[in-house]
Amino acid sequence: MSHPVSQSADKVIDHFTLFRQPEYKELFERKKTEFEYGHSDEEVARVSAWTKTEEYKEKNFAREAIVINPTKACQPIGAMFAAQGFEGTLPFVHGSQGCVAYYRTHLTRHFKEPNSAVSSSMTEDAAVFGGLNNMIDGLANAYSLYKPKMIAVLTTCMAEVIGDDLSGFINNAKNKESVPQDFPVPFAHTPAFVGSHIVGYDNMIKGVLTYFWGTSENFDTPKNETINLIPGFDGYAVGNNRELKRIAGLFGIEMTILSDVSDNFDTPADGEYRMYDGGTPLEATKQAVHAKATISMQEYCTPQSLQFIKEKGQQVAKFNYPLGVAATDELLLKLAELSGKAVPAELKLERGRLVDAIADSHTHLHGKRFAVYGDPDFCLGMSKFLMELGAEPVHILSTSGSKKWEKQVQKVLDASPFGKSGKAYGGKDLWHLRSLLFTDTVDYIIGNSYGKYLERDTKIPLIRLTYPIFDRHHHHRYPTWGYQGALNVLVRILDRIFEDMDANTNIVGETDYSFDLVR
Amino acid sequence: MSLSVNEGVDVKGLVDKVLEAYPDKSRKRRAKHLNVLEAEAKDCGVKSNIKSIPGVMTIRGCAYAGSKGVVWGPIKDMIHISHGPVGCGYYSWSGRRNYYVGDTGVDSWGTMHFTTDFQEKDIVFGGDKKLHQAIAEINDLFPLVNGISIQSECPIGLIGDDIEAVARAKAEELGKPVVPVRCEGFRGVSQSLGHHIANDVIRDWIFEKTEPKEGFVSTPYDVTIIGDYNIGGDAWASRILLEEIGLRVIAQWSGDGTLAELENTPKAKVNLIHCYRSMNYIARHMEEKFGIPWMEYNFFGPSQIAESLRKIAALFDDKIKENAEKVIAKYQPMVDAVIAKYKPRLEGKKVMIYVGGLRPRHVVDAYHDLGMEIVGTGYEFAHNDDYQRTPHYVKEGTLIYDDVTAFELEKFVEAIRPDLVASGIKEKYVFQKMGLPFRQMHSWDYSGPYHGYDGFAIFARDMDLAINNPVWGIMKAPF
Repeated sequence: MSHPVSQSADKVIDHFTLFRQPEYKELFERKKTEFEYGHSDEEVARVSAWTKTEEYKEKNFAREAIVINPTKACQPIGAMFAAQGFEGTLPFVHGSQGCVAYYRTHLTRHFKEPNSAVSSSMTEDAAVFGGLNNMIDGLANAYSLYKPKMIAVLTTCMAEVIGDDLSGFINNAKNKESVPQDFPVPFAHTPAFVGSHIVGYDNMIKGVLTYFWGTSENFDTPKNETINLIPGFDGYAVGNNRELKRIAGLFGIEMTILSDVSDNFDTPADGEYRMYDGGTPLEATKQAVHAKATISMQEYCTPQSLQFIKEKGQQVAKFNYPLGVAATDELLLKLAELSGKAVPAELKLERGRLVDAIADSHTHLHGKRFAVYGDPDFCLGMSKFLMELGAEPVHILSTSGSKKWEKQVQKVLDASPFGKSGKAYGGKDLWHLRSLLFTDTVDYIIGNSYGKYLERDTKIPLIRLTYPIFDRHHHHRYPTWGYQGALNVLVRILDRIFEDMDANTNIVGETDYSFDLVR
Repeated sequence: MSLSVNEGVDVKGLVDKVLEAYPDKSRKRRAKHLNVLEAEAKDCGVKSNIKSIPGVMTIRGCAYAGSKGVVWGPIKDMIHISHGPVGCGYYSWSGRRNYYVGDTGVDSWGTMHFTTDFQEKDIVFGGDKKLHQAIAEINDLFPLVNGISIQSECPIGLIGDDIEAVARAKAEELGKPVVPVRCEGFRGVSQSLGHHIANDVIRDWIFEKTEPKEGFVSTPYDVTIIGDYNIGGDAWASRILLEEIGLRVIAQWSGDGTLAELENTPKAKVNLIHCYRSMNYIARHMEEKFGIPWMEYNFFGPSQIAESLRKIAALFDDKIKENAEKVIAKYQPMVDAVIAKYKPRLEGKKVMIYVGGLRPRHVVDAYHDLGMEIVGTGYEFAHNDDYQRTPHYVKEGTLIYDDVTAFELEKFVEAIRPDLVASGIKEKYVFQKMGLPFRQMHSWDYSGPYHGYDGFAIFARDMDLAINNPVWGIMKAPF
């Protein structure tokens, strides 16, 4: 089995080209035919074709027990994300330690940033006796080593199954002087077997507010002119939160973003590692109880938090990941209404520029069919924007989506002629979507990096616009909210459409008459 | 190169200083995991495979990660169910770059995520019924699946489910192996117990219940690759060398591996172990049960590759030994050219390593081949036998850290200021922000392979591009 050496020092070839060399192709073939005992190529081709049929789709949709490629994570990562948006806050995850390694890794792969959180590292003995000692030692260690201003405690499913009581444990640890009595240690129970990351987000926001605001109902809490805003779990939080602050600045509104990860998840490279950066100041969080109103940018990330806030006598308003012209209009009008200030002229100009851009490009968007998947709020916001562009959302899918959400999506679809082909799929996963894409095809998929497998299988181009995005860099640094954000989203969609057009018209002498210079 | 490293640095003093930050109880515990390698040491003088201290930001994972993520996940023609809540499978979905060739979703499932997505009612009433149904649905939708594994998440062991009974019943019904793995994340102290449990399950539920394939014809040259997860194609870049010296690789464990390869492994003449930590258990079992000898080898860097090829060949006849020499000679000009190109750019550069498995020692000589120095190394989940194998590779004065905490690693790196940190994704951006070149040594930073001669060239290129990129020079603003 002698072959020339393909590798060379002059031009080092890695996995992209190395394994396409004849010696490796032969190696694959030998391995397959002599040792793998797989199915025949014909059988594989037959089954592959079958997975693309209507019959397979029906079988696929009949599934009740196995979930395949879901669009949801578990509660704790959402809670961790929420906690990391507060000043100097270290999330402390009570339970098995592997979970924390996973959450940190997942968030790091998306934001390309360090992500700090600790675990109480519970093992078998703690499963039997409970994790109180882990909490006592863990809080003391975390406090001494990492010098946080706040430690936000949440749970893995292990601690939930054995029934550890966070409130009691934290008090106990304080009595043992793990942290000073007055050191803030808010907490949230975040069982992974209830809801998903968006519920965990809600639980932690409520946990932090409960710590600073107290549990009791008080509709007569004194109010000032500030407005709170809760962004929700958002992969574009860096760009979006900064954009929201800019908008508030233009209005002259004093706005407190409750959980602002934008600086913590976007620290500079200047020789110094910042374990904590930015975040909602703890004092501002405390004072936020006196705000006149709280806006939630993502309804499904905040139901319990908004209820809690209402009980402090605040007005609340909720949005569904507002994207595009009308959704941004609504957001700004709400800000105007709550603040009593007019929408700034500069924003009106930005609106005009966005509409101008849409008008310039509408011919390439009109009637294009899209599949959209992701969190419930993202799906709603994205579908609305697509219809505004004259495009048609066809399959709208969210594993975290409920029946209520399905109805809400339907209502949005019914409000536009561009929604007539659309249908919402709550509780379904990306393997369901694969069937939908094969049996009722679309022009583009909007989702996250996991969608690249759908793109590979169906050849339908994927546009990455929601968390997690592991295989493209830095998009989270650009906003998707506000008119400026909508422009970014528009350009992302258009770029993919144009790239697709070029890729489909580039065969010399065969299809390249349509390889237009001007589009 | 000198015989020791970190000369002129008070490394022991540094360790003491870093430990000062801990509360008393934890300081005493952590002190046992940190050491400076002494001359002629038999091991590294650190305690290992002990519970992580709560609250310190260990970099370790869990038993599930060791079983599903490492050992079982790469077996491509089986479906591995993450049994329990949705998260574990979601976070470990496609993260490890275990390359394989196959039609994903049809005859291979390596980059897919299957979960029983436990809800509260499953916790309260048990999940066995759901598991039954899940396996039936999988077999319906994926008829070419050759076997199914059940990867237990934390709740399974706590609620008293009988996954073994489900596995037995479904295996009988489907006529395919269904294997239950008790790799709940709270078991043990790290990924390591998950490797062990996964190995034991292969022993009990594959070897004990299945036979080598009918018609499999043995030859005197049959070997296996055990403990290569084919990250970025590592196992392929290794396999090609073994084939070139005239051996037949009848199984890959487990990167790009298949059930049949597991089943046929007892037919091997020798088991060749790359990642000793994660798969020594099954090798020892096969030695005991089937009398198959096993041998550790190291395919990182030309020095170790040549040594390993010779050691492997020595187990066979003269023909193989001659072939080994020919293969080493064949690649030597390429290796020489790689070293000639990159060594001048890397010579004397100091590296600190912190990863898991075999790499904290196995990659050391690959760096040495490029003239680089290892000034610190440590393992996430090593046992004593790993630390005994380490002094062979590293020099006196090397800082050794077991289950290092994020705090310790940051302080060590800050004080020693190596030219490169070789660790994982959770560490990467911390050190890059500090202005230090970094390479992920779990995923090869999305590059690879790093094994074999072909991999060494890539390794050299990657270390150079990390260390010699201009970005490290523009960190400080001129104002």
